[in-house]
Amino acid sequence: MLTDKPAGDCHCTEPASPEELRRRLDEIITEYKDKPGGLIPVLQIAQGLYGYLPDEVVRRISLGLDKPYSEVAGVITFYSFFSTRPRGEHMVRVCLGTACYVRGGKQVLDAFKKELGIDVGETTADRKYTLEVARCFGACGLAPAITIDDVVHQRVKPTKIREILAKHMQAAAVAKGA
Amino acid sequence: MAKVTIDGIEVDVAEGTTILDAASSAGVHIPTLCFLKDVQAIGACRICLVEIEGARDLAASCVMPVSDGMKVRTNTPRVREARKTVVELLLSEHDGDCTTCNRNEDCELQAVAHEIGVTENRYEGAKSKRTLDASTPALRRNTAKCILCRRCVTICSEVQGVTALFPQYRGFKTVVGPAFNKDLDTVACVQCGQCGAVCPVGAIIENDQIEEVWAALGNPNKHVVVQTAPAIRAALGECFGYPPGTRVKGQMVSALRRIGFQGVFDTNFTADLTIMEEGTELLLRLKKALVDKQEAHLPMFTSCSPGWIRFAEYFYPDMLPNLSTCKSPQQMMGAVVKSHYAKKVGKKPEDIFMVSIMPCTAKKAEAKRAEMNANGVADVDVVLTTRELGRMITQAGIDFRSLPDGTMDTPLGESTGAADIFANTGGVMEAALRTAYEIVTGQPFPFENLHVKPIEGLAGVKEASIPIKDTVPEWAFLRGATLNVAVAHGLGNARKVIERIKKGEAHYHFIEIMTCPGGCIGGGGQPRMTGNDTRKARIAAIYAEDEHRDLRKSHENPAVQKLYAEFLGHPLGHKSHELLHTTYTARAKIKAN
Repeated sequence: MLTDKPAGDCHCTEPASPEELRRRLDEIITEYKDKPGGLIPVLQIAQGLYGYLPDEVVRRISLGLDKPYSEVAGVITFYSFFSTRPRGEHMVRVCLGTACYVRGGKQVLDAFKKELGIDVGETTADRKYTLEVARCFGACGLAPAITIDDVVHQRVKPTKIREILAKHMQAAAVAKGA
Repeated sequence: MAKVTIDGIEVDVAEGTTILDAASSAGVHIPTLCFLKDVQAIGACRICLVEIEGARDLAASCVMPVSDGMKVRTNTPRVREARKTVVELLLSEHDGDCTTCNRNEDCELQAVAHEIGVTENRYEGAKSKRTLDASTPALRRNTAKCILCRRCVTICSEVQGVTALFPQYRGFKTVVGPAFNKDLDTVACVQCGQCGAVCPVGAIIENDQIEEVWAALGNPNKHVVVQTAPAIRAALGECFGYPPGTRVKGQMVSALRRIGFQGVFDTNFTADLTIMEEGTELLLRLKKALVDKQEAHLPMFTSCSPGWIRFAEYFYPDMLPNLSTCKSPQQMMGAVVKSHYAKKVGKKPEDIFMVSIMPCTAKKAEAKRAEMNANGVADVDVVLTTRELGRMITQAGIDFRSLPDGTMDTPLGESTGAADIFANTGGVMEAALRTAYEIVTGQPFPFENLHVKPIEGLAGVKEASIPIKDTVPEWAFLRGATLNVAVAHGLGNARKVIERIKKGEAHYHFIEIMTCPGGCIGGGGQPRMTGNDTRKARIAAIYAEDEHRDLRKSHENPAVQKLYAEFLGHPLGHKSHELLHTTYTARAKIKAN
């Protein structure tokens, strides 16, 4: 298992078995099968369950929703939110939307690359962090912005990122212990 | 009605007409790239930009509707500069090895660049990602040539209902291709080639096999023979500047002889043979259902169109027992040539090299099917499209337009008008009805000029009901029955028909499916571009072929009668079963890793 993080909306601490994950995936597919616009919610939930979108999951969604595989792949590859590669425990997204870009998003991204020792789209060897670029969180007034997991950090300075990461890890550890 | 002024010319057009169409009616030509009449208008490529008086921005004329009093200018400095920039930016990404490109001199990007006067490349930058895909027997993809016009995506999804192609990734990294830009054989692609038929550039082309044919022709140990499909004679002329619908059968035969083929046969011969086999199969299925009260898998579907066969194998495997077991006429010809003909000319099947000229890319894939080897070797060795034959004639230095008319060999070049109409939607059904009706009733086919009007034309799904009043004694169980038939062309329409059958909303006995819009005359291997006007012109030529014949019903073909007497025995007999019939296999929609 790549993560000991709770999967999806499940609050148990034990990682779900492959059979259990598949059962839940099938439930979601059944729920959305005949709903227009059901593909993106299914992909989001599936990524929540598995941490990313493994190929066999993508195939199952394509066949289950009766959506062409090429179309499903087209949607997955269009949105930077979706990933077909395993990801780390924590997701770092650096916004390079227009406002963040002009206010130094690129330097923030470079700082994260250096700090984590990985390139965009990669995961650290200890599977702790994955680094990605995002296009606008809607926080342009607070640019440059980043998110770590679901937390938005504003007016990020390249010199502060080590501190931000440490605080986030602390908070995560507390949340896990609680 | 709206009064519009285009470059000072006033025209009255219907409300909602696009500026592009309004300009056309004013005699003003606006260049386009992503636009394709009857298929796609999305305003994506921005070549068709025009200036509208009072509007701040230039507008894409292919999607912008006119309004009353609108004043449009299509040839201002601003418009010219914008168009030029658009084309230059496209060229800056495009893999433009024009001289070695399959589409050289048949390329819309090249033509548009020339038309609007692009004479230099002002922009240099990153090129589009190059993925070469030779995974299927039918098609070749080169994503570096793609200009992302999306015509192929639209035709594959909205017209054919297949969606093998879709834009993958985003922004500059966008690639039109199968899932994750892997090879075409990893997804459910029926290899109909409609993508390549609408491609404005050389991003998707047929698998060019001309060299394989030249090699065989140059091999003294090979006896090289050729067959031509019914649809070629109504389209090949377009490769040599004739207008669509010019009938060039005689010149085509002369060209094939000049190229060096030792036998020139007509797929029409085996089209007539198909009617004998398939018509008999239908009648026997009806008998099984009505007299023996057994499951006979009705409605029966025609099986001539290999794109449709693959479509059924991917998307409707439960319907496979409903497909006629007849091989397509192309494969029947190969099987007869490498058995009966081989014996007559004293050759071993492996020494005969059978070339097919087809309007179709899916036929290339069909010929490679493992089942298609009735004599221990492939029935058909190489399939060339109409376009490839056109190029081969040019390579051979033949002046096509000055060729005299030649005639096909006998007996494998003999056919009836019923075989001609295999080329267009409704034709196989009409041919089958002409024969089946006369076999069952013993009466002449009671339609004016032998045409069944309701199944003619370009409507997507067509239906007809044929009442059978009296019969000969053998088919007495059909007395008073009504035969319900349907015809669909374009796989999206095939899907509609099948879904209605599955829901119990439609009840047919016999259904003709042709993969491509318009039927084979609109096939993926035909000269580009095939719009509805071209389809109509080619269909008219095919009906003219039919109507100029003395014999217009398959069962009257004396050469086919002789083949049964000498060799096959009778329709659906033991020999037929061995040579002329086949099986189908359900296929997974996504290839396993």
